[in-house]
This record gives sequence, C-alpha cells and structure tokens, in this order.
Amino acid sequence: MFSLNKLALAVGLGVFAAAAHADITVGVNVSATGPAASLGIPEKNTFALMPKTIAGQKVNYIVLDDASDTTTAVKNARRFVTEDKVDVMVGSTITPNSLAMVDVAAETGTPVVSMAASAAIVEPQDAKKRWAFKTPQNDAEMAKAIVEHMQGQKIKSVAFIGFADAYGEGWYQEFSKAAQAAGIKVLTNERYNRTDTSVTGQVLKMIAAKPDAVLVAGAGTPAALPQKTLKERGYRGKYYQTHGVANNDFLRVGGKDIEGTFLPAGPVLVSAQLPADNPVKASATEYVQKYEATYGKGSVSTFGAHAWDAGKLIEAAAPAALKKAQPGTPEFRAALRDALENVKNVAGAHGVFNMSPTDHVGLDNRSRVMVVIENGAWKLIK
Amino acid sequence: MDLQIALFLIQDGVVNGAIYALLGMALVLAFTVTRVIFIPQGEFVAWGALTLAGLQAGQLPGTVWLLAMGGSAVMLVELWTAWRRQDWRAIPRAAGWNLLYPALIFAAARFVDFQQMPLVAQILFALLVVVPIGPMVWRLAFQPVAESSVLVLLIVSVAVHVAMVGLGLLFFGAEGARTSPFTDGGIELGGIPVSAQTLWVVGSSIALILALTVLFGRTLYGKALRATAVNRVGARLMGIPTSLAGKLSFTLCALIGAFSGILIAPITTIYYDTGFLIGLKGFVAAIIAGLGSYPLAAAGAVLVGLLEAFSSFAASAYKEVIVFTLIIPVLIWRSLASRHVEEE
Repeated sequence: MFSLNKLALAVGLGVFAAAAHADITVGVNVSATGPAASLGIPEKNTFALMPKTIAGQKVNYIVLDDASDTTTAVKNARRFVTEDKVDVMVGSTITPNSLAMVDVAAETGTPVVSMAASAAIVEPQDAKKRWAFKTPQNDAEMAKAIVEHMQGQKIKSVAFIGFADAYGEGWYQEFSKAAQAAGIKVLTNERYNRTDTSVTGQVLKMIAAKPDAVLVAGAGTPAALPQKTLKERGYRGKYYQTHGVANNDFLRVGGKDIEGTFLPAGPVLVSAQLPADNPVKASATEYVQKYEATYGKGSVSTFGAHAWDAGKLIEAAAPAALKKAQPGTPEFRAALRDALENVKNVAGAHGVFNMSPTDHVGLDNRSRVMVVIENGAWKLIK
Repeated sequence: MDLQIALFLIQDGVVNGAIYALLGMALVLAFTVTRVIFIPQGEFVAWGALTLAGLQAGQLPGTVWLLAMGGSAVMLVELWTAWRRQDWRAIPRAAGWNLLYPALIFAAARFVDFQQMPLVAQILFALLVVVPIGPMVWRLAFQPVAESSVLVLLIVSVAVHVAMVGLGLLFFGAEGARTSPFTDGGIELGGIPVSAQTLWVVGSSIALILALTVLFGRTLYGKALRATAVNRVGARLMGIPTSLAGKLSFTLCALIGAFSGILIAPITTIYYDTGFLIGLKGFVAAIIAGLGSYPLAAAGAVLVGLLEAFSSFAASAYKEVIVFTLIIPVLIWRSLASRHVEEE
C-alpha cells in the first residue's frame, strides 16, 4: 500500500509540475506502422519541424504510433487525456482511427485535428463532432475537380477501380455522384487490395466495358499496379488517379507507364510552379524546404503537409485561447476549440482555412489543383 | 466473358498459382520436418524481392543489416550455450558463419557496384544475403523450443512473423519496389501473348516442385529429414542430427521464399508486407494437401490461383472472401476422410 501511495504522490506531483509550467501540450497520434505507414511516416517526420513555441509559450509534442489499428488509437487518445493532460490532439492518419479519437475527444472535452480525409470525421456537426477538425480536403471536393477536368476532355464514360476498403468505397460514392451530375457514365466498380499481386481479372472487365477513361482510387505505390496492368493489356484511353498517389515513390514505381496521368492534388505538390500571387505558395514552399532540408531532397509528400496544416491551425488558434485560460485546464481546451472554429484566412500548405461553426474543414477550391505527370514529374495544369 | 478473357484469366491464375505452389511447398517442407507452421515464410518473399530491388537501384539493401543483426544474435546465443556447457569447440565455426559471413556480405554490398553486374550475379547475391537468415530464424526462435507441441511452435511462428514484418518496415520503408524482368519479350500461346517472365515463373516452379518431390521421396537425406518430424527421439537414436534437420529445412524455406519473391518482383510491386497474403494463399494450398504432399500442394495452389483470377473478374470486392472460404469445405472433407491421430 505504501508504495502505491508513493506512486500516487509522484504522479500527483508530476501533474502539478506540468500544470505549473503551463506549456501547451499536443498529443499526436500517427499510423507510422501498419498498412497506412506510407502516410503516417511523413506525418510523424513533420512534427519534428513544428514550431517549438507559440506566442511565447513552449509547445510539447507527444508523438505516438497507433500502428494503423483502431484499438491502439483509442488507447493512445486515452493516454493523452488522462496521463499527459494534452490541450489538443492531432490524429490520426486514417479515418477509422480518427473517428475513434473523436469519441474520446468529445467525452473529455479535448479538441482534435484529424489528418484523415473522410468528411464523416467532421460532418454532420453535432454535440460530439464540434470537437473535431480536419485538415485534408474532402474527397467530394477532389472528385469534383476530376469530373470538371473530364468534362473539359469530353469524356463520356469512366471505368472505376479502387481499394477494397473505406478509401475505395468513399471515392466510388463521391465520384459516381459527381459524375452522374455531369452526365458521365461510371461503367465499373472494381476493387482490389493494397497487397494484391495481380489485378488482371478486374482490368479485363474494365477494358471490356470500353470506357473513355479510367479512374484508379488507390493511395501510394499500390495505385500503380492497375495502371501498369491496363497499359500491358493495351488500354489506350485517359488515366486518372486520386490525390492519394501524390508522392515521389509513385513516380518511381510507375515509371513510364504513368506518363500523362491526371490527378487532383493539394497545391503543396507543385508549390514551386504556383504563381507568385497564390495565397498558398508561401506556406507550402516553407514546408517543402524545411522538410527536404531535414530528410533529403525529393523526400517530401503531400501527406506530411496535412500534419503541417494541423500545426498551422493550432498556431493560429492558440494565442486567442491563451488570453482566456491557462494551458492544461479544461477552460483552455474549450477556448482552443472555440478559437479553432474561428480561424480565418490561415494559409497552410494545402489551402486557405476559414473555419465556421458549420464547417470544420474550412477549405475552398484554392485547396486543389489539377496535375499531370510529365517526364516523371508533377506538372501543374494551369 | 468470351474465350479470350477466359484464356487471360487462366494464364493469370496459373502464374499466381505457381508462386502459391512454391510457398505451399515450403510450408509443407517446414511442417513435415520441424512441425512448425511457418507463417513468416511470406517475409522471405518480400525480403528477397526488395533486396534485389535495392541492388538494382544501387542502394545498400536493408537485409544486409538484418543479416548482421541476426548473426550477432545467434553468436550471443551460441556463446551462452557454450559457456553453460563449458564446451567451446563449436565456437570458431559459429563465429565464421554468424560474424565473418555477414561482414563479408556487408563489405561486398558496400563496395561492389551491383548495378553494373549482370542480372544473374544480382540474383545470386540477393540470395546469399537473404537465405542465411532462414537458419538464423530457426536457431533463435525455434531450436530452443523444438520439442514443444505444434501449438507452441505455431504461437512462436506468429511472433516471429510480426517481428519480421516490423523489421521489414524499418529497413525497407513503407513504399514498394519493382525489379527489371529476367528477359524481355514473350511468345504467343493460343492467340494470347505470354510474357517471358510468366514462363520463368511457371518453369522455375515446376522445376523446384520436382526437385523437392525427388529430394524427399527418393533420397536418403530427404527421408532422414522426414523421419525427424515423425519422431525426433527415434530419429536421433538412428543417428540423424535433429537440429541440423531444422536448420536445413529452414534454409530451403528461405531459399524458396526469396526466390519466389525474385521471380514475381518484375510482374508486380512488392511491399515490406506483401509476403503475408501470398504466404497465406500458399497456406490454403498446403492445407488442401493436408500439409503432407508436395504434388497435392502444387495442385491446390493452381486451384487457388485460378479461383482468385476468376473471382477477381466476376466479383472483385469479394475475391479474398471466396478464396479463403475454400478452406472450410476442404477442412470438413479432410476431417471426415482422414482418421484422427493423437499427437504423441
């Protein structure tokens, strides 16, 4: 019993000490291992580049890995609020884990900024989701960009292939909705797994449907396989990918088979090609330079930039919250939530954020550009 | 579906099936000799392919570090065993294999420019790096518990798999890689083009399956290996060194796994965790063969490959469900058809 008391005392003192310091504590949950690792690793790397002080207050980042696993994500989130007494959480990399974190956030009154794409994380805005924010663009926004480009190319029919998971399903829903509205027929709804070694069956079915274009809804290098197989089987139409492929590994694995592919992306992907008056250019360029200075040339990916934008939001919101309360208190957390909701004209790497009580993403169509792959590089379509 | 599509699907199914066959055979091999259901088999596929990709990209493959780490760990275990027994005779030999060999490999990988070498040299070197990890896994994880029940061995196997996937991510990163094909071009077969790599895959698989069948069915070594699984004590009394049998079978498993990876790396992108799913389908094939017969495992693998190809055409979202559901009727049939034997 004695030792237990001592332990309780030590924990109590520790908490007291943390509260007295009044540093801002940010609990970060990323999927640095497991299936989402290719997204989680650049996000994790990005937190090492974040500002160490905001408005004169020291900021502590506690970065944990949830291994792309929902249970671990919940465990980490609980640890953040009970042990670390965080003022705000960031995470997770993927939608299921983010949704689980939103539950913990609402229960404990802690704001959370997700780095996952699904609109379901912040919509519809209710008592629970009022604590949730997210930085990536909604898929609907990106799907619309693709459909608009397809209209410009006079494309009438599209064959769809996507991941056999929430990513593929979400894209199919959003894309077919947008395509239908524009009078474009979606001919197939094929699925494959990230680790599949062959998509011949799906591809044969897609080619048999004779589409004007194909859309591959996959993320990272696995999205190259359907396109390579389509090329191998002699498909000659137009190729579209989603913003999930926007990293340099996709270019490396895709090689010459992905030349001429169209995709929507966050402006950070082509930050150097953006016109000087673009409001996103400064922040995006700063991120790319900082990241490549630390992790090497060509190492930057757009996924890490979602983490960067989460940092930008907190940086913009914290000063207002600091005026109302001390970090480490429930009042501060509530004030920070209110401040995040009122963020106006904050330029991140992926767009300009204007939050409101009904919109916890806050991005507009400045958050997306159409890009084409040319000579093994991303080229902005003006 | 017209005839041409069906032919394409059959071709795809046979190629995938050939790889599942190799892995299914390796699983049968590991099980018949050591009673280990070798779940990490798939990791060797990924490691073999990624090592070759690393060499072709002019980078130092992560497996070189893994080999050094594994060697050092084995050396510590050997020293500990020698100290406990006060018998140091085996140490120089162990040091040669576990310290000197990884050091030589490291030096070669560091200073020889494999990018300029012919493909055969690259493949051979990749195998030299990856295959010795097989016996290291045996020495570290399985030899200390070699006498345990199949269930304990299975649990250890799961643990080794998780550890190896984690190491794979650490050393290779999350993104995948491809390698260049063995030979370009191809032939026309029944009106549809067949790429040369496809022929390599099927040809190598058939050759290895035949070799294994002969090794275990016809040679004294193969029979001795099989004997250790049936009764370890009895085999030892007959003069068969049982820990050597384990080491040998794991070396063969690693060789088959790594070579499978090298075979398919030009056809598809390989990730640090690709191996598991391929291994699992090999496992379905091995189960169809009752973890006992090589030709049956090969036949089962082709069945799995064909089923996968046709179901990915017909209902791609449910492909895995269809493939893995196959195991249920097979198990029911097996449990009805075979008489139950109590384990020792």
